[in-house]
Amino acid sequence: MAERPEDLNLPNAVITRIIKEALPDGVNISKEARSAISRAASVFVLYATSCANNFAMKGKRKTLNASDVLSAMEEMEFQRFVTPLKEALEAYRREQKGKKEASEQKKKDKDKKTDSEEPDKSRDEDNDEDEERLEEEEQNEEEEVDN
Amino acid sequence: MADLVVGKDKCGEQRLVSLPLSRIRVIMKSSPEVSSINQEALVLTAKATELFVQYLATYSYRHGSGKEKKALTYSDLSHTAEESETFQFLADILPKKILASKYLKMLKEKREDDEEEENDNNGDSDDDEAES
Repeated sequence: MAERPEDLNLPNAVITRIIKEALPDGVNISKEARSAISRAASVFVLYATSCANNFAMKGKRKTLNASDVLSAMEEMEFQRFVTPLKEALEAYRREQKGKKEASEQKKKDKDKKTDSEEPDKSRDEDNDEDEERLEEEEQNEEEEVDN
Repeated sequence: MADLVVGKDKCGEQRLVSLPLSRIRVIMKSSPEVSSINQEALVLTAKATELFVQYLATYSYRHGSGKEKKALTYSDLSHTAEESETFQFLADILPKKILASKYLKMLKEKREDDEEEENDNNGDSDDDEAES
């Protein structure tokens, strides 16, 4: 998949909003400054990815994971990001868990209509199966996007 | 700390990450050695990029000269890239700007230096061969 130059840029509107929220009220940001920050952000992504990838390779893995990104931040001397990133990761995992449970519940409700009630003991087994499924889903996602 | 973790979108609802994950993924995958990226890594990279934008903006504003004018300018950013070790990796893409007249002068001086060197070399030999 060939990337056009503009695809490697991040949307101006979002970048501008992030900058505005970070700076005190009433501060003007020149167009040049905005554009420069946007380019810097893209470079940051590349640098972080490359760094994270080194950690993945060290761990003999082909897939970048969360801990690779966190290690990369330390390596790049952005330790200040590590705590907020860990919090974000926790929040993300809770969100994912919530979504999974919600769809599980839907499925159970649907099944109840057709099957008889199942004992709660089976829940543990279900979780393991779901984790595998989640990974498969992630891989599938990868394959789709790569097209 | 919670403010750093979640941002607010147009509806005022709390959202984990504002930058589009699809775009972040495209940038990450443009890196040749990368095979695949797990979803959590993608989310964290997007989040880290937002933190980075905030940090770069506030740092440059605090340390730059635009502060008096209540503005953030390009030179504040290039100043940061040059002075701060943390942001050194940006030095190439955020070069300092010089006046065009100064640059032309630099070019002229370099050309004069090159010509001088050539003249010295030509004086040593009678050949018309070009210098390699």
